[in-house]
Amino acid sequence: MTYIAKPKFHHPGLKKNELGYTHRDYEGKISTLCAGCGHDSITASIIEACYELSIEPHRVAKISGIGCSSKTPDYFLGNSHGFNSVHGRMPSVLTGANLANRDLIYLGVSGDGDSASIGFGQFAHSIRRGVNMTYIVENNGVYGLTKGQFSATADRGSKSKKGVTNTDNAIDLVAIALQLGATFVARSFSGDKSQLVPLIAAAIGHKGASFIDVISPCIAFNNHAGSTKSFDYVREHNDAVNRLDVLVGRDPIAVDYAPGTVQVVEQHDGSKIALRKIDADYDPHDRLGAQTFLAKHAAKGQIVTGLLYVDPDAEDLHEHLNTIETPLNTLEADTLCPGSAVLDKINASLR
Amino acid sequence: MSDKKPISSVNDFVVRFANVNGSGSASANEMFARAILRHGVPVSPRNIFPSNIQGLPTWYEVRVTEDGHLGARGGVDMMVAMNPQTWDKDVAGIEPGGYLFYDSTKPMPSTKFRDDITVIGVPLTAITNSTYTDPRQRQLFKNIIYLGALSALLDMDPKLIEQLIGEQYKSKEKLLSSNVHALHLGRDWALQNLKCPIGLRVKKSDKVGDRIFIEGNSAAALGAVYGGATVCAWYPITPSSSVAEAFTAHCQKYRHDPETGKAKYAIVQGEDELASIGIVIGASWNGARAFTATSGPGISLMTEFIGLSYFAEIPAVIMNIQRAGPSTGMPTRTQQCDIIACAYASHGDTKHVLLFPEDPAEAFEFAAAAFDLAERLQTTIFLMLDLDIGMNHRLCRPLKWDDARQYDRGKIMTAEMLEEGRDFGRYLDVDGDGIPYRTYPGTHPTKGSYFTRGTSRDRYARYSEEGTVYADNMQRLVRKFETAQDLVPRPLQANAERPTKYGVIYFGSTSPAMDEAIGLLETRGHQLDRLRIRAFPFHSSVASFLAEHDFVYVVEQNRDSQLRQLIVNENGIDPVRLVPIVHYDGSPITARYIAKAIGDHQDHLKVTPLRKAVS
Ligand SMILES: Cc1ncc(C[n+]2csc(CCOP(=O)(O)OP(=O)(O)O)c2C)c(N)n1
Ligand code: SF4
Repeated sequence: MTYIAKPKFHHPGLKKNELGYTHRDYEGKISTLCAGCGHDSITASIIEACYELSIEPHRVAKISGIGCSSKTPDYFLGNSHGFNSVHGRMPSVLTGANLANRDLIYLGVSGDGDSASIGFGQFAHSIRRGVNMTYIVENNGVYGLTKGQFSATADRGSKSKKGVTNTDNAIDLVAIALQLGATFVARSFSGDKSQLVPLIAAAIGHKGASFIDVISPCIAFNNHAGSTKSFDYVREHNDAVNRLDVLVGRDPIAVDYAPGTVQVVEQHDGSKIALRKIDADYDPHDRLGAQTFLAKHAAKGQIVTGLLYVDPDAEDLHEHLNTIETPLNTLEADTLCPGSAVLDKINASLR
Repeated sequence: MSDKKPISSVNDFVVRFANVNGSGSASANEMFARAILRHGVPVSPRNIFPSNIQGLPTWYEVRVTEDGHLGARGGVDMMVAMNPQTWDKDVAGIEPGGYLFYDSTKPMPSTKFRDDITVIGVPLTAITNSTYTDPRQRQLFKNIIYLGALSALLDMDPKLIEQLIGEQYKSKEKLLSSNVHALHLGRDWALQNLKCPIGLRVKKSDKVGDRIFIEGNSAAALGAVYGGATVCAWYPITPSSSVAEAFTAHCQKYRHDPETGKAKYAIVQGEDELASIGIVIGASWNGARAFTATSGPGISLMTEFIGLSYFAEIPAVIMNIQRAGPSTGMPTRTQQCDIIACAYASHGDTKHVLLFPEDPAEAFEFAAAAFDLAERLQTTIFLMLDLDIGMNHRLCRPLKWDDARQYDRGKIMTAEMLEEGRDFGRYLDVDGDGIPYRTYPGTHPTKGSYFTRGTSRDRYARYSEEGTVYADNMQRLVRKFETAQDLVPRPLQANAERPTKYGVIYFGSTSPAMDEAIGLLETRGHQLDRLRIRAFPFHSSVASFLAEHDFVYVVEQNRDSQLRQLIVNENGIDPVRLVPIVHYDGSPITARYIAKAIGDHQDHLKVTPLRKAVS
């Protein structure tokens, strides 16, 4: 078997939400990602947010591209339909799904390779169209599934696992989303559950394109060449262990810090990132302000986290297209087909 | 002075207009074709246009055909030479005994003419300049003036043209009267100064019947409306853009909720073809009928997603309006050159359903049927049009719709069925036809959800890389494709008057030329049974047809005889018995071409004693 089913028994005392669902109702299959992968923490936050919102799990459609991150929809909301599409094309598939049935909740999950390279165009266009969705990028700066190549969000000057220095400039998806007119833009860190859960919940509640960039450390491929702790090194030096064994014991990175402060986070490989949580008095309704704020702190080497921008009166694609309230996928011939009498008239006009 | 007797023909000739793109001639030329139709005489017009917007040469050809031959004929009986750039080529293209109509405002040296044609000069520029001062008016009305002159030369009833002008400018009185005036300016000048009518004449007839005159792309778009498409995602590309544009226009007219005014459709101009097909797949996955329209380069880009549609079994409808490839090829010229690319689109082992309509009426029917097929088979269905049908007006039988018709939504497992405890395995072949059940997202709180993916999985949609599980799935897909054979439109066979060992296979827009070629071949003493293929996978009658004939010609409009390759590949037939007849210069294949190619081969085989060849 190449899948792992989760045991079905529940603890009778599990807490229930408004709909009477427990946490377990929001879970999916057991993750097959590396132990300690930031993506699993994001999965946990999605589960938590959906539980807290008392969402009916089956009313969510979870759509992804290809990559470790894009595998994660299998690990949450087991009772909802998932779609692991093709590399970088989650946004178009989600757009189509959303057009077909505006009544479901759409969760798009992608990676930085998926969204910032091959799917950069689709990312941009789904945002600019205002598709009603929560678009989460699980951003680890590398291609995880294909084993550690640079992604387009990797910082210039950073080093790959093989010791190669990245000479290309990084794409900041948050800055782009702001520029493209996204009506909900946030950044968070996979290990900061107290920040991420409410952000996801708010994004789901937002009508329009919500974008959350989540920094998510990759345990396997953000370590330097020559490191004696690297997976390759250990595998080469110890025949007895497999990949999972080696990585077991690596805890996911977690942080908890106050708004307005900077927290330096050490990743699995020892590299450090400076996260700045925005102040409580930051005004998230000012798009231009958000762009400036972001740029200012980026210049200081800080990654700003929090809800950067929201337009509470946003419209979505259905409003732009003036489509009917009834989901298009429920319409049948009686409402869709103009009928033979109209066709006779059309014929007459063509003679 | 002509040294060849001028051609004399009533209701059977070809007029070609040579214009400069952007000169506004298109509507006057089309009106000429429509006016002949109003005389009850069938026409078959063709637009021959460059792949740029302004300045380059463009031609519009009208085949006037009492016998109703709708294929291109080849040759030009009358050239309306309005483009100095192409003058030499245009003059050279006139049949001996034919006519040259030109603007005689500026005198031309006699070397610019031919002795074996009749030259008709009308000082168009002089007439327009003396009547109009505005440059744009001068340009536009010049076209109507030559239309008027032609009406006199060809003995057409001016009332019928006035009627058409009246319909075109229904509520624009000023435009109406000024156009009618221009028409008579040209007509009167010709009547007063030229010997009217000439040898070519239009005489009232009753051969049009109740047939309609429509472009294939517009008919296909209407088919999508009638077939219940609610989502259309597309990216502009010639010659397919007019499908989406027509769908938009039809939807705006027929698809708004009368109470709220809201749209019962969603049309998105994608950022590219990848997004367009992605949107189609997402919408179809979620239970809406969705389609995209594109051409060759778009198909190339869509292939990864087409593979996903095949393997993950998601309905999709792609209308491919073929143009000459490879690469950008000749974007505004016609071909049937994406057969192989579509039949096996994407990596790995894939096979896709192709539909080949012959004319707009079938484009309408097949487009509507494509949505039923896509949902029934849960896969991509290609509607294979080409520029020749897609962007030209064709005379065809009226479009028909049965109001009792319901959409075939395929095998959908509903919440009630799940509640009953029906076993739901997304890729379970319950009925032995290879087609599994699917559920729409959001169907049931605890049952029927599954994970869609392009990776291998077992019958219950659980990810699996087991070789046997993968092979089991691939085998089922083969069964499904076999099921498709009996669902798609069957080939149509027409036998020769006498029994024959020779057959011909053809498809799509080749049809009218083929019908006419059969007549020409008969006069050369060649009898052939015909099989018009209307879909891939091939119905079993294709194999029977092949078995019943020693040689079968496969007529198609591409270099590599792609349909023939597909037949050889899928039917395991000895390729020697399939004789390729190909035409691929970007112009539509003609009856003359087919008859010559097949006739020469038949003569070579010495199957029948050579008779007096008439070509
Ligand atoms: C068309 C195509 N090209 C390349 C690949 C190979 N591929 C699979 S996943 C991946 C990168 C994934 O990176 P990212 O989106 O950052 O996700 P991560 O694995 O890091 O979570 C690539 C290049 C593919 N599947 N399809
Ligand atoms: S390779 Fe990196 S991104 Fe992929 S599962 Fe492992 S840690 Fe996560």
